[in-house]
Amino acid sequence: MALLELDDVSVTYRIAAGEVPAVRGVSLTLDAGTALGVAGESGSGKSTLAMALLRLLPRDARVGGRILLDGEDVLAMKWGRLRAVRWAEASIVFQGAQHGLNPVQRIGDQIAEPLLVHGLARPDSARGRVAELLEQVGLPAWRARSYPHELSGGQRQRVMIAMALACSPRLIIADEPTTALDVMVQAQVLTLIKELLAEHGISLIMISHDLSVLADVCDRLAVMYAGRVVEHGPSREVFHDPKHPYSAALAAAFPTVGDPVSRLAPKGLGGDPPDPMDLPPGCSFHPRCPVALDECPTLDVELWPAGPERRAACVHVRPEKAEPAETTLEVS
Amino acid sequence: MTETQAPVEAVGTARPTLLEARDLHVEFPSRGRRARAVDGVDLAIGEGEIVALVGESGCGKTTLARTLLGLERPSSGSVLYGGTALEYGSRALKAYRREVQLVLQDPMGSLNPRQTVYEAVAEGPRIHGLPGEQEVVASALSRAGLRPPERFFLRYPHELSGGQRQRVVIAGALALEPKVLIADEPVASLDASVRGEILALLLRLRDELGLSALVVTHDLGLAWNIADRVAVMYLGRIVESGPVEQVLTAPRHPYTQALLSVLPESPERVVLTGEPPDPTRIPGGCRFHARCQVLASGRAAEAGVDGRCRTEPLAVLPAVSTAQAACHYAAAVD
Repeated sequence: MALLELDDVSVTYRIAAGEVPAVRGVSLTLDAGTALGVAGESGSGKSTLAMALLRLLPRDARVGGRILLDGEDVLAMKWGRLRAVRWAEASIVFQGAQHGLNPVQRIGDQIAEPLLVHGLARPDSARGRVAELLEQVGLPAWRARSYPHELSGGQRQRVMIAMALACSPRLIIADEPTTALDVMVQAQVLTLIKELLAEHGISLIMISHDLSVLADVCDRLAVMYAGRVVEHGPSREVFHDPKHPYSAALAAAFPTVGDPVSRLAPKGLGGDPPDPMDLPPGCSFHPRCPVALDECPTLDVELWPAGPERRAACVHVRPEKAEPAETTLEVS
Repeated sequence: MTETQAPVEAVGTARPTLLEARDLHVEFPSRGRRARAVDGVDLAIGEGEIVALVGESGCGKTTLARTLLGLERPSSGSVLYGGTALEYGSRALKAYRREVQLVLQDPMGSLNPRQTVYEAVAEGPRIHGLPGEQEVVASALSRAGLRPPERFFLRYPHELSGGQRQRVVIAGALALEPKVLIADEPVASLDASVRGEILALLLRLRDELGLSALVVTHDLGLAWNIADRVAVMYLGRIVESGPVEQVLTAPRHPYTQALLSVLPESPERVVLTGEPPDPTRIPGGCRFHARCQVLASGRAAEAGVDGRCRTEPLAVLPAVSTAQAACHYAAAVD
């Protein structure tokens, strides 16, 4: 059954100049024990969406729609209930581990904090649980006495993951957990995340702009553009055979080493992401789209079926259009 | 102390060497010890050639790049440009910087937020007293893909997208009509869709202007996308180098093999444990031996080189363009 269900979720920031629609009607489902990747570039709304899941957005953000965690609407929760849900049922791992940790507190105390706050351990018994958590993320127990600056970037990210695991949540939300890390350290952290998912049956929502990393860890993938999901489906299929031209551009941005097609031929996408206060009419991607048709500036795109368990918001998969049109996407 | 030598013809290519590191060492004091950030590097960049310098943080790649730019002075060894050893007087360095320009990562950090695009790009030409400032700025902007350039003159960095800001940084470097660009992680802070555009720009500058480039990165996909040659750096040394196709599809050094194996599409992973070791305590023998998967798996012992891996240091790889690896095992099994 679904652990998390997003039903027409929208987030609008109110600023002096007016309203900024950051997330515009996102509906997604996450089954228990599975991993969902959310891809997109800065300004696509992916991080705003992640923060909305636990109501971590600033006051000027208005959230609409329904966010059901285990059947319970997060948006309707009272403050006390929300506090209990954070950490204990769902926790979040932020990008840039150096800012997520308190620089003047020993990491053992930081990991113990959610345990103490939620009454899952007493101060005298917390130390054993902290040692256990450190071991789970591949750090020796004596590291509990270290301060964040004594750790490398990869080790700090492991501490963040230990904190997220502390209260045994069913869902972890990871926002760019490996972005600032070196390739080898990134591989270590991704391996750890995959092991934890397999061993503890935790569900994961992982946010990144790197489609290849998401496809590696996640079962399903949702690609966001200008606040909307423009494609979703099984991750390998979305990565290897994207149906939306924007997904195709993201997939091509990180070339496969050894693939002759990408040798001395970097693939990019012209233009820039749209200003959310001045979105293009019709399909918001059309000004940058290499395969746009005359009707795209006026067309109301929606997530049409694009194969088994797949959907894409592109005219090229629109039902009445699909059969004859060859939808090979070449992005130059 | 100008010593003029004939530029060395790089073996196997028709490209004469333009910029070269010769037996370069750069050391820093670090908590009472000496960090050997660059510990013996020979590297040549040919005219019109794009070389990718890859490695993890702390391997010395940024220090090597800064030394090639004249921003750090070598402890020993030399930097040669056009066959002439770099001098460190302020006038000599000023002249050198017209030829060899730096492109930084994070355009938000390298552009002054209170300066217009025009002022940012005009700064170099003014320092060097170039005539026809406005034409110089306009032509640099349009070569960096900001067209029509006049439209960007009075814009401020915060009014531009990330990709446009990186183009302004590149235009600033191009304004002096350099021969070499040294780019440190030029696309690391950019969005995925913009990344390819900036890399395509670097390729086009090479094709149209004959620019050489050293691109410092931890991203092997970037090397595959734009570089002719790749040099893999580990703990202050280049451990493998050669043509991109050869090194990245048939790597011979276990470290290069491990780096490639952790790319998402790769079938079999070798995840090295730990972080790169400390440049203040470079291990004896092969500097990679403590993390080497070939030594750990016993294959080095089968080849009868395990003793040498632990005790015998490897020679510095020479500045040639053919494929080579600093590895006892690779030498034994070839």
